Amino acid sequence: MNFTFTEDQLSFREAIEALLVGEVTPERIRARWQTDTGVDDALMAQVLESGLISMQVPEALGGLGMGPIDFVLLAEACGQVALPEPVVETAMVALPLLVDVLDRGLGNGDVQQVIDGVCAGSLRIAVGHPINPCVNFADVADWLLLPHADEIYLVPRDAVALTPRKSVDPSRRLFEVQFEVNGAQRLAEGDVGADLWRATLNRGALATAAQLVGLSQGMVEQSVRYTADRQQFGRAVGANQAVKHLLANVAVQNEYAKPVIYRAAYTIGVSPSRADFAVSHAKAAAARAALLAGRNSIQAHGAMGYTWECDLQIWVKRAWALAREWGGEGFHKNRIHEWLLRPNALLGPEFTFGKRSIIDAA
Amino acid sequence: MDLTYTDAQKAFRQEVRDWLSAHVPKEPLPSFDTAEGFEAHRIWERTLAQGNWGMVTWPVEYGGRGCDLIEWLIFEEEYYRAGAPLRVNQNGIFLLGPTLMEYATPEQKARFIPAMASGDEIWAQGWSEPNAGSDMAAIRCRADRDGDEYVINGQKIWSTRAVYADWVFGLFRTDPNSERHHGISKILVPLNAEGVTVRPIPQLNGLPGFAEIFFDDVRVPAFNMLGEEGQGWHIAMATAGFERGLMLRSPARFQQASKRLVELYRERAGDIVDPSTEEAVVRCYMDAEAYALSTYQTASKLCNGGSIGPEASCNKIFWSEMDLLIHETAMKLLGARAEIEPETAAEIAELGSWLDGFMFAQSGPIYAGTNEIQRNIIAERMLGMPRK
Repeated sequence: MNFTFTEDQLSFREAIEALLVGEVTPERIRARWQTDTGVDDALMAQVLESGLISMQVPEALGGLGMGPIDFVLLAEACGQVALPEPVVETAMVALPLLVDVLDRGLGNGDVQQVIDGVCAGSLRIAVGHPINPCVNFADVADWLLLPHADEIYLVPRDAVALTPRKSVDPSRRLFEVQFEVNGAQRLAEGDVGADLWRATLNRGALATAAQLVGLSQGMVEQSVRYTADRQQFGRAVGANQAVKHLLANVAVQNEYAKPVIYRAAYTIGVSPSRADFAVSHAKAAAARAALLAGRNSIQAHGAMGYTWECDLQIWVKRAWALAREWGGEGFHKNRIHEWLLRPNALLGPEFTFGKRSIIDAA
Repeated sequence: MDLTYTDAQKAFRQEVRDWLSAHVPKEPLPSFDTAEGFEAHRIWERTLAQGNWGMVTWPVEYGGRGCDLIEWLIFEEEYYRAGAPLRVNQNGIFLLGPTLMEYATPEQKARFIPAMASGDEIWAQGWSEPNAGSDMAAIRCRADRDGDEYVINGQKIWSTRAVYADWVFGLFRTDPNSERHHGISKILVPLNAEGVTVRPIPQLNGLPGFAEIFFDDVRVPAFNMLGEEGQGWHIAMATAGFERGLMLRSPARFQQASKRLVELYRERAGDIVDPSTEEAVVRCYMDAEAYALSTYQTASKLCNGGSIGPEASCNKIFWSEMDLLIHETAMKLLGARAEIEPETAAEIAELGSWLDGFMFAQSGPIYAGTNEIQRNIIAERMLGMPRK
């Protein structure tokens, strides 16, 4: 039993955080809103160089061969700066799905080519999932992973029809996607397809949960800065207990969401078929923390918090979107509810880490 | 990261489970805030000590097992799973014990730790005074040096367990000209000393769970002071850190309570249960797990040579609010019967200790530093917000 990250994992997070904090500024995020692609190509080259994209691809396939527990802190760092590009989704959801397909001996020649291309930075990929009505950054993707009932398709962008939908978050580029089912592009079907989509949903929910606590942390940092500078009644607004307690409440929720997210990442890595409860707990806790962070941060910023000019909106709106992407609170709480209230549920303090972790004879 | 127990940890759990199932009293003990219940709990402390289970993290020479914090968590999980009695010597073993380990001289350790471990000396705490509650640095209770003794005069209040306990540890002003957190020392006082008057204060449930203590020229040997004179504030902060940080409320307590809440919900599922109550049941279970996970994370960090940071102040807010939600939800599920104090065995089986727990939960956001103070600490020390 050791619930800590390794030195390597922690220093990787520091390195990525340093890169992102320097390069992903509110000014540059706003600049993306005016461009055709919404992508900062120079930054993406640096991100690729850092190894982030291919981190969870096995070494034999040209990646770093790491798992979700290695990536989860980096997803947090991406959330903390409100990184617009779908780096986390590519690395933590799309590529692992393609790798899963290969592992099961499925797919066609395109799969390997797409993994290679995404790892090399020459191709971009996006994922559609039945639980999400739209696909983010679908227009700049070269390939799309798409569902048709339980079937999984890998479709080139020129074979799909995209209808743009405006998100509340200007950094997000949402599209409704239509495509003609083509058997040659089918990677999986039936129970296997359903299985893979289920695992993908868990990875997507974990990816959003980790970004949500990062976003929450980012919002608290900005609110602390703002309320230290802003003076009223001859002193900093942040010296008032009422304001302090708004932000302390967010910190408490955040601190207790993190270990839940880490358990989910660990469980997906070692025992994906038993990860539903851990993942839904993580998503519900992270959404709760981030939505409170948004609400209380706007309050701490006063009227400024309600303006387009205030950079806080970049974080708040992302939290609003990610709280519901890959399953909202209702979906995840229902899954927890079903798990918890089933007649044979193993409940109690000895089962925090699952049945298999307890006395073998029990 | 490895979230599985080692074979040694599994074997340890089995050993704890076996011992508890052989020794935990079959019937619940009377409340330790009655004279009879206090002695029954003292006997249970002796039983624990005889099995060397009194405080598993203590070194073997003091009756412990030299366990690390992960093993302590396993012990606690089994302890609550077994429905073992609450620890009447909690002030001693969880609060004073760790302080003695760190600050006491070898002679002081030899004098106080074995008697604490055996249950022969049960401890009360003496922090607050009538005009020093949240503002603990405002204490005025004096301890004046006179030769080899201190002469104590003044008053303490809200001293938990003081009505039946044998000793009290507390903070006293040893420098009469000092102010705030300077000139304070930590001194141990026997409650049977001449000049000590203990006046019970009935709590919300009518039982005297705490008391006022009056000191009128009470003489204690200078031997009873911990650390250096004037170092009391520093030592107290270390104790308070333990209290808030890790050991005061082990996660197993809340996991067991939220498990019972799920069971209560299942029993009541045929009755009218509104969706918001259902939601609260699920949230309580999740929050209790989150608290456990967070504690495992902290324990792992400490086992690997790390230290607790200012984020530990989040603990008290989280568990005290969770405890309220658990018991408020149970009250809702029990409906109109919730107010009835159970008397018969059938009623005890039906209503359990929810009402008592509900009343006790009201105190959680207040004691060991109110949640308002905790939020200030989080805002100022963890988030870096301005003090003034």
